[in-house]
Amino acid sequence: MNNNRPDLFRNPVVKKSLLISGLASGLLLTSLAVVAEQAATPDDAGLAERLQACAACHGDEGRSQQEDYYPSIAGKPAGYLYRQLLNFRDGRRLHTTMRLMLAYLSDAYLYDIARYYARQSPGHHSLPETNLTEAQKALGKQLAQSGDPERDLPACTQCHGSRLQGRAPYIPGLTGLPSEYLAAQLGAWQAGTRQALTPDCMATIAQRLNGEDILAVSRWIAHQPTAADTPSTKGSYANLPMECGAVQ
Amino acid sequence: MWRIILGLAALLTGLALWLFWADRAPPIAVNGAAPSEETIEKGEYLARAGNCIACHTVPGNPEYSGGRRIATPFGNVYSSNLTPDNETGIGQWSDADFWRAMRHGISRDGRRLYPAFPYSNYSRVKREDSDALFAYLKSLPAVRQPQPEPQLRFPYNTGLALRLWRALFFKPGRFEADPQRSTAWNRGAYLVEGLGHCNACHTARGFLGNSLASAEYAGGPVPMLGWDALPLTNSQPMSDKRASEMARLLKHGVSERNVTSGPMAEVVFHSLQHLADDDIAAMVTYIRSLPPGQTPASEQGLQVGEQRKALLMKQGAPLYSEHCADCHGEKGEGHPFQYPALADNQSVVADSANNIIRSLMYGGFGPSTKGNPRPYGMPPYAQQMSAEDMAAVLTYIRNAWGNEAAAVSPLQIRRLR
Repeated sequence: MNNNRPDLFRNPVVKKSLLISGLASGLLLTSLAVVAEQAATPDDAGLAERLQACAACHGDEGRSQQEDYYPSIAGKPAGYLYRQLLNFRDGRRLHTTMRLMLAYLSDAYLYDIARYYARQSPGHHSLPETNLTEAQKALGKQLAQSGDPERDLPACTQCHGSRLQGRAPYIPGLTGLPSEYLAAQLGAWQAGTRQALTPDCMATIAQRLNGEDILAVSRWIAHQPTAADTPSTKGSYANLPMECGAVQ
Repeated sequence: MWRIILGLAALLTGLALWLFWADRAPPIAVNGAAPSEETIEKGEYLARAGNCIACHTVPGNPEYSGGRRIATPFGNVYSSNLTPDNETGIGQWSDADFWRAMRHGISRDGRRLYPAFPYSNYSRVKREDSDALFAYLKSLPAVRQPQPEPQLRFPYNTGLALRLWRALFFKPGRFEADPQRSTAWNRGAYLVEGLGHCNACHTARGFLGNSLASAEYAGGPVPMLGWDALPLTNSQPMSDKRASEMARLLKHGVSERNVTSGPMAEVVFHSLQHLADDDIAAMVTYIRSLPPGQTPASEQGLQVGEQRKALLMKQGAPLYSEHCADCHGEKGEGHPFQYPALADNQSVVADSANNIIRSLMYGGFGPSTKGNPRPYGMPPYAQQMSAEDMAAVLTYIRNAWGNEAAAVSPLQIRRLR
């Protein structure tokens, strides 16, 4: 394939096959909810180069080298990533740079991007210097692993997996993310600047957390070792403790 | 004494006649014919040509259901719901109502419409095209979505202000074909001047938001968006090669030397990529015939002394090699259909450095189009480069490889941050 020219200058035969693959990816989109598995090898040609703009913050192949904020996206489930790209583009998740980046990209391209990063290995990340007090450690661990029945708070592990490794296709893993990023997301859910499809279970959960909870649980999670295996594709979402638009 | 009172009364009556009687809504006959499939399809195409969707859709909401905030220097207005909902949309409208809105900027209930709806342009749309557009909109699923009230500052929120604006700046137009010109030129003129409403951005505006006839298509800052529209006028004749590059840029969002970004990427994404090659070529035929124009005085960059400029150039050269040359080439030659050339590029050396500053700070992708479905992207540098470094590399880009333009000051960048 001649990489110097865009698809429009390829010969008619290729054009036709592109049309077919376009139709096919359209079908894929509509059946995304059914097809939990990540699709077979899609056309990856040159995607790494096309997505250099993303690498500036999220790292090569989506493994962020920046410890302070930017999340790694490598190995996150494709359905989750695709939904987030749509959320950023369409303003359900407010982030100026992300919105400007994605404003004029098609659903099909965003889906290709999501699948590309989903296929990358999350790699290992070094744990941050410990900044946890003993009290935070206890509170963070309790919230993450047991929740708080009195406040009707489910444990993080109930949805995000026993080792917080995530559950494809829609529930992201939480390990390997900077505590600042995790805390900012919970704060954004409280403030309404991050939204998921309704019913927005994470918004409900965030509303039940106070500042100390958020700090403790974010830091505790950031200290957990990366679950390097691919997020579990087994198990349905039937037994989730809350109703979540994000997994439907 | 009586004379003064009588004189004042006559003056007021004259003013009222001018503002209200001269601007009364003319009766329009209803066509009413049931539209064919073909007409509806034609209407869909024309809706694309008019880029109606961009203003009349909130991203993520149903198409054409309106409610999008349009920021203007006078406050915010909100687009109307164009779906055929009976209460909140155009469900009860007739094709005559619709044509009166297009041609006269008057709503079904007689309200005068704010000129954020570019009826100065749409006034030139033919009745049959207006009817086709209407037929298409009527064929959409009805969506209930009330139009939010405008939030304009005094005095712009008064009916009188709107009447005055209309009396001063709006006259229903009609597209008259020029028999001296080719069919393509006339088609291009019809699209550019009418539905395309290109002058909404490419002609600078006066202090009441009116298009300045003296600056027709000479480009300038796009109100409220922070981007500059490039001039469409031609200081020298456009070569055939450049004309076909322009056609590719409009249709695919990317060409041998350029990529569309900012508001123009939106236009390509929602509108131009859907137009037939013939129509794109016709628009280019018209645009390349535009006479040379005076570029209106745009916001000048901050003055940078010669010595300071030389220093910025020196700092900028190694930064360019490190951050930019991989994609844009050692000599700013770019990479056809992927990364824009920075040498000999109108956008790069424009008087105002707004566009190039925004591109560097925020990065971005060209629009996904049928011809270029997976565009290449530019990283945002605002997070990783200091204002001083950004100013240096931009000053270098604007003055290397034969480019010549004013230096970019770090202050200019800090102001945008």
